[in-house]
Order: sequence, then structure tokens, then C-alpha cells
Amino acid sequence: MDKIRVLIAKIGLDGHDRGAKVIARFLRDAGFEVIYTGIHRTPQEVARAVIDEDVDVLGISILSGAHNTIVPRVLDYIRQYGGNPQDLVVLVGGTIPAEDIAKLREIGVDEVFIPGTPISEIIRFIKEKVAEKRGKL
Amino acid sequence: MGELTEKIREKRKEWEKECLEPWLSKTEKESRKFETLSGIELKEVYDPSDIAHLDFLGDLGYPGEFPFTRGIYPTMYRGRLWTMRLFSGFGTAEDTNKRWKMLLEEGETGLSTAFDFPTLMGLDSDDPLAEGEVGKCGVAVDTLRDFEILFDGIPLDKISTSFTINPPAGIILAMYTAIGDLQGVPRDMLRGTIQNDMLKEFHAQNTIVLPPEASIKLVTDIFEWGIKNVPKFNLISISGYHIREAGSTAVQELAFTIADGMAYVESAIERGIDIDRLAPQLSFFFNSHNDFFEEIAKFRAARRMWAKIMKDYGAKDPRSWWMKFHVQTAGCTLTAQQPLNNIVRVSLQALAAVLGGCQSLHTNSFDEAWALPSEEAVRVALRTQQIIAYESGVTNVVDPLGGSYYVEWLTDKIEKLAWKYIERIREMGNGSMLRGVLKGIENGFFVREISEASAKYQRDFEEGKRIVVGVNRFRINEKLGIPILKIDPEVERRQIERLKKVKAERDSKAVKENLEWLKSSAENGENLMPAIFEAVKSYATIGEIMGTLKQVYGTYRKPIII
Repeated sequence: MDKIRVLIAKIGLDGHDRGAKVIARFLRDAGFEVIYTGIHRTPQEVARAVIDEDVDVLGISILSGAHNTIVPRVLDYIRQYGGNPQDLVVLVGGTIPAEDIAKLREIGVDEVFIPGTPISEIIRFIKEKVAEKRGKL
Repeated sequence: MGELTEKIREKRKEWEKECLEPWLSKTEKESRKFETLSGIELKEVYDPSDIAHLDFLGDLGYPGEFPFTRGIYPTMYRGRLWTMRLFSGFGTAEDTNKRWKMLLEEGETGLSTAFDFPTLMGLDSDDPLAEGEVGKCGVAVDTLRDFEILFDGIPLDKISTSFTINPPAGIILAMYTAIGDLQGVPRDMLRGTIQNDMLKEFHAQNTIVLPPEASIKLVTDIFEWGIKNVPKFNLISISGYHIREAGSTAVQELAFTIADGMAYVESAIERGIDIDRLAPQLSFFFNSHNDFFEEIAKFRAARRMWAKIMKDYGAKDPRSWWMKFHVQTAGCTLTAQQPLNNIVRVSLQALAAVLGGCQSLHTNSFDEAWALPSEEAVRVALRTQQIIAYESGVTNVVDPLGGSYYVEWLTDKIEKLAWKYIERIREMGNGSMLRGVLKGIENGFFVREISEASAKYQRDFEEGKRIVVGVNRFRINEKLGIPILKIDPEVERRQIERLKKVKAERDSKAVKENLEWLKSSAENGENLMPAIFEAVKSYATIGEIMGTLKQVYGTYRKPIII
């Protein structure tokens, strides 16, 4: 199996990137190829990177409460740029109220990880989901 | 002292051999390492010989006297309790004004403003980059009009206000001063704090607009202007809080904060500012994390270090040697799981802050791993402080832990470890802390140090070495259902409408002239504050003012270091 390629993204004005960086680091240590966007990216920039870098997984880290605006925006741009979010594993991590988690799942997010989730659990989830999605392609 | 210490050392050896060792050989050993959260290794027990090298009068002394280890005031909380100041703000100025009034009615004693991300980044609410973020993490402010609403019915001569904001700090200070003028409050009665700490933004928090040198210049301009115009206002809150939240250890938090403080003081001295005029308007901001005694020791060490540093910089007024500080309990320790447990975490962290001698305290609300605090959660957070203040008895005596063998040993140990870092940074700047800190920003030193510590913390958690109750131990199947504060999506539309209205009604010629003045001030290296103040009063927007500065100084993009 090809190495799993992951893009960890910070979108919007929030600069709290401890979570994003620690995830990026641990995924890299787990053998994934990891790209971290750095802070203050726009939805367009991240969608472009998803296409250009041909990643298997997009992880969006967000604490600002703007997830209901930002996440759908990214998925729309991926479609606009000729990609299909359904071929990707889309993950969101951060401070997300329970009822918004359901909404994000509905629009195509595969899983939402709240603070305190062990990274081992995220790694396991990524491996299973990528295998499943690659199987379908 | 010498003879007694010898006796104690001998007795200790005897105790280890005759009492401890036989005990350990018979009982099961705990496999875990005994160390502080910062990784300082600990003995079973501490005795007078562990602190025999300390000189009581020179290293501890009495509260209100150099080196202030035991508190900056002689009576501390017997004279006046700390200011209970809950960080709050959301939605529009109206929403926040309402929450503030509720908190004041409930017994809060100072205001603390949380701004939304567009405001923090110096963008107007109608900026495309602001979409979805207006009013979300704090209150949206575009022009002086928002401040008029925010402070409606709040007398600025009676209450002090803290503003957590950095790149646009000068704009916000100008707005507050303008509101004071409008309310007819004499300038020397305006009290509060503007965070205005750009250096830590580069290390940790990442709310960055202008490059480091321009940022320091603006901070120093605010010092120069503030000393003359608002002489009782804290012109900076030198902050370790965010450094800690980004994953640093307690020692790093302390060392980097003090290093930043030294850099600001050096920048002010280079500008020709009288250190004794500036020093009383400096304040600090620390995190209170989980390791109870390490936090108390950190606060005590911080005070002692700063007193020595200011004396060394040539400050002569004893008040210049005081380290005044605000504390916030550690947001990063709050768990989304079993949220009520957070009330206990916050209580312990707040108690450590009080035993450490803070001047002002924010207690986090139990729901903050989910969203901004609901009214009920914020009330419990305030009550936590009130229970510590009025029921626990810990405020009856100044520095009640002073003289504890362990606390004094740990205070000294943390101080020594922090000095090592400070020396390292000073070397990076060839003897200048200002250059050293700028160098450390440029070469990624701070970011890497913090990142290493945060990875270690996470690894300990993953491996179960660090137990988080309700998360990796003592879990339950729970349905997460606490009430969550929702921000009305209408907020963004209403805020943009208000901005449009202000723009239509203001004197656009005055705005244009003031912005041109600001631009030429920046180009000519003059103090930017007089032009910022006039621009604010003519209802120029935050976006217009920061935009003008960006034209001259450029914007900064942070290098990516994982």
C-alpha cells in the first residue's frame, strides 16, 4: 500500500496551532506523509493544496467556532477545483459543540475529534478509512 | 544555622538508611516517576537542609520588601483581595455589555474583554477573511461606535478594564481613552490593562500582523504615549499564559515571559524612556496549570526574579521592582469529557494562583472545551473565586506557604532553571535581551522549544503516564449534554450594517487626513499613537488603521515549524 498522505490545515484567523502541530508530528512518526499548511490559510488555499498534493486525508483543526462556515466552504472549493471530497478522508478536530458534529457529518466530514482524543485512535481511524476509500476507487 | 544544618543532614542520612530503605524493601514500589509537570525530579520529603543555602532575609524577606518573594504588598489580601476579572465577550457590543453588567451584578470586580478574531487581527467585520468569525470568539469591534455601546452605563472612573489584544493594542487603548474623555473621566483615573505583548505572539499565540521589529516599535510607542496620557493604565501585560497553552513547561513559561519583559524594558531604555516612569505601568500574565506546588513556586520565583532584574536595569523606585500579575487557569487542561470535573480543576488552579499572590484572576468556565461560556458556567467560575476569597481562610495570612521546605526549595529550583534559559537568550543577542529575543524569533528557537515540550506532554498522555481523569482513566459512557452558548448568525450581518452606517455618517475628509498623517508618521519613524488617537476619534476603522500600517511595514508570515 502506498504511503498515506495527510494534509493538516489551519483555516481562518485563529492561530492556536498546538493541536494541529502535535497531530502532524505524531502522524509523521506513525509513518504517514504529512503536510502542515501553517496558520491563517483561506478555504481556497487549503482546497487547492488538497488537489495539488493529491492527499488521502484532510484534517482541519479549528477552535474559533467558525467551523459551520469554514468546513463547507473548503469542501465546495475542492469540488470546484475538480476534486471529490468523498474520495478523501475528511477529519475535523477542535472545539466543536455536539450538535454541530452531527451537521458536519451530514455534509461529508468522516469524523470529528474533540479535545482529549488519543492520537492513537485518530491513527487507527485514518488507516481503516483510507483502506476503505482506496478499496472503492 | 551551620551546626543545626549539619545535624539535620546527618539525621537525614540516618533516616534514609534506617527508616526509608527498610520500608521500601518491604513495600511495593510505585513504578511512576515522581517529578513536577515540568520534569523537575522530586525527593520523598524536604527538610531545612534543602533550603539551608537560602538566606531568609535576602531571598525571602517580608512581603512588601525586596525581593518581594512573599508578595509585593505588605498586607496582600488582608488589605485588598485580588481583582476578580473574567475574560468575556461575544457577539456584538450590546451582547457583551449585557454579559458584563450581569457579571458586575454578581460580584465581579474588574472587566476583561475578549475580542473576536477579526478584531484581534486588525480586520473589519466586512473583510472577506472575517467571514464566519464575526462575534464568534469574542466581541466584534470595528470603530469607536462599538466602544460607545460596549461601555454604555459602565463608569470608567469606577472600574478597571483589561483588553486582550495585541497587533491593534494601540487602537484599542486610543478608543478607551476616547470613551473616558466622552464620559468626562480625568485621564489619570483610567485604569486597566492592554495586553500589547507582541513578542509572545511570535512564540506562541500567532496573532501576528506586522513583522517583529515594527511590532516592537509600536509597543514602545504605546509606552511613550501611555506614560504621558494614561498614567495609571498598565500599558502591557507581558504574557506567559499563551506560551504555556501552546505546550511549554512552567519553567519555559517563566523564562520566556521574563525574557520578553526584559526585551521591552531594553527597547524603552533605548528610546530614552525613564525606567522608573514606565515600570509601574508594566504588568504580567501567567497560566495556572495542574501541578499545584510547581505553580505556586513559579509565581514566587517570578516576583523575585523581576525585582532583581529591574534593580539591575537601574530602576530606583521600589515600586518599579514590583511584579504585578494577572492569572488565568489553564484552558488547555479542561476536558470535553465529564465537563463538571473542570470545576474541580479550575478550583485547584485558582487556589494556586491565590497562594502564589496574584493581583487579578480569571477562572475558566467548565464548558469551555465545547464553546464560549454559558451564563451558568461563568457564574460557577466566578463563585469559585468568591469561595476561595471569602470561605477558605487562605486570604487571612500573607504567603501562607512561605517557609515550606518544599515550596522554598522548588521556588529556588525553578528560578535557577529559568535563569539558565535567560542567559542562553542573552547570549543569542550578544548581551542584549532585545536582540536575543528577536534572534530567537527569527531562528525558531522559542517555537521549537515549546513544540518539543508539547510533544512530550502528548506522548506522556498517549502512553498513559499522564493521567487525565475522565479522558484516559475513569471514563464513563456519557451523553454530552450541557447547555452551550450559541452565537446568533445574525451577529455578522448586524455588525456589518453598523459599520456601513458609521462609514456613511462620519467625516470622511477627517478620516482621510488622519490616515495620511498616520502613514507619514510611520514612514518618518515618529510615534504612531497621536495619529492613531485622532484616527480613532474620527471613526476610522480598525481595518483602515492597521491597513495603513501594513502598507508601510508589510505583513509577516510565520515560518512553519512543526
